[in-house]
Amino acid sequence: MQSFWPILVLLGLGLGFAGGSVLLSQFVGPRKPTPEKSAPYECGVPPVGDARERQSVKFYLVAMIFLLFDIEVAFLYPWAIAFRTLAWTGFFQIVTFFLLLVTGYIYVWRKGVFDWSGERHR
Amino acid sequence: MMAFLLENKNFIAQLLLIGFVFQVLQISAAVLVYFERKIAAWAQQRYGPHLVGPSGSLQPIADIVKLMFKEELRPRGADTFLFYLAPILSAAAAFGAFAVVPFGTSTTLFGLLDKPLALEVTDVNVAMLVIFAITSMGVYGVVLAGWSSNSKYSMLGALRSSAQMISYELSYGMSLAAVVMLAGSLSLRSIVDAQAGYWFHVIPKWYVFIQPIGFFIFMTAGVAETNRAPFDFPEAEQELVAGYHTEYSSMSFALFFMAEYINMFTVSAVATDLFLGGWHGPFLPSWLGWAWFLLKVSFLLFFYIWMRWTLPRYRYDQLMEFGWKWLLPMAVINLLATAGIVLGMGW
Repeated sequence: MQSFWPILVLLGLGLGFAGGSVLLSQFVGPRKPTPEKSAPYECGVPPVGDARERQSVKFYLVAMIFLLFDIEVAFLYPWAIAFRTLAWTGFFQIVTFFLLLVTGYIYVWRKGVFDWSGERHR
Repeated sequence: MMAFLLENKNFIAQLLLIGFVFQVLQISAAVLVYFERKIAAWAQQRYGPHLVGPSGSLQPIADIVKLMFKEELRPRGADTFLFYLAPILSAAAAFGAFAVVPFGTSTTLFGLLDKPLALEVTDVNVAMLVIFAITSMGVYGVVLAGWSSNSKYSMLGALRSSAQMISYELSYGMSLAAVVMLAGSLSLRSIVDAQAGYWFHVIPKWYVFIQPIGFFIFMTAGVAETNRAPFDFPEAEQELVAGYHTEYSSMSFALFFMAEYINMFTVSAVATDLFLGGWHGPFLPSWLGWAWFLLKVSFLLFFYIWMRWTLPRYRYDQLMEFGWKWLLPMAVINLLATAGIVLGMGW
């Protein structure tokens, strides 16, 4: 029995419940904003500048490596299903594929992308 | 009307089942909050909630009602639409991910239905991919919450949590791929059915015994995915206040909280299905399999909470280095070794 609509129903219930409860709290909760209350939280001192500033390049690097490896994982699933029929041929093909990625992985490791502690290891 | 109901009994039963799962998820969040506080109290030798209801068991309901009547604060400069969308998205993704998780064999409700109804919202042959797709949507909730609040703590917390979630998603995915290889299916129901029976009449054929490393990787990555201790960086109070939900109050805060607990429940349920044999277990008849399922899930959840109150929090650099330098290579080696052994032994 292949039916995807129940997933949508459950997602819809979740959306409806979440949206409804946010909406309801708008009506039943008090609303008395003061300049202090609606200031972004900054441990008691007046907020300085905008929060949407430039962030460490590390996060972008992580996002990029994630994309590479996530595509790899996406490739793995079809192979994982069919690997008994593909047998050793498929196995060595996937190992070759892994070796290509591992080369890149070692490169970014040596470049220090995975070092977060501050001091650069080369 | 009556004829329509009788003709479409299975359809109606399916709809009722979806509603039931939805309710159970909501209640599970409340129950988990209660037990989290109680277990924390036991661990720290204090009472915990004990005033509202018997032994404080109605505390979560009191909390929800209280949060409902609290003022909803929205910081200046926040993006209104995204600010409200973020918690809704988080909660919806948490609910939706449970849609493909089976929790028992099928039932005819004591002969009421013509066809047996499988105890699961829906059985699709790409269940694992659906779980991935929907749980990954949770990251959007985190990032949008941090960005739209326009607060520095939220922004940093969101960046850190999202980087953490995507880093551990890789190991998470690869540890699952090993199980997929063993079972030869992406459907959780087929994977559970592949774990029925015993070796030598005593050891259950659960994948945790063939894939202990896979189970370890899955649980570690699962804890990091759900942002729980010892990887609970969104709640690293000393440095990030409350992380991505610093600026949230009232119900939108409650939704983030609820999403966290439902995600814990889902991760435990998926782990039970994949590694602990789902509803298979001795002593109970098969129609009571859901009791075994519930027992195993409760055990994993207790483990989750126990860990939170036992282990200190990691440092952020330790977390990222552990994920990328240890867990990911371990998952790759585990995967290739599984493939090699299965092919070599001709299983």
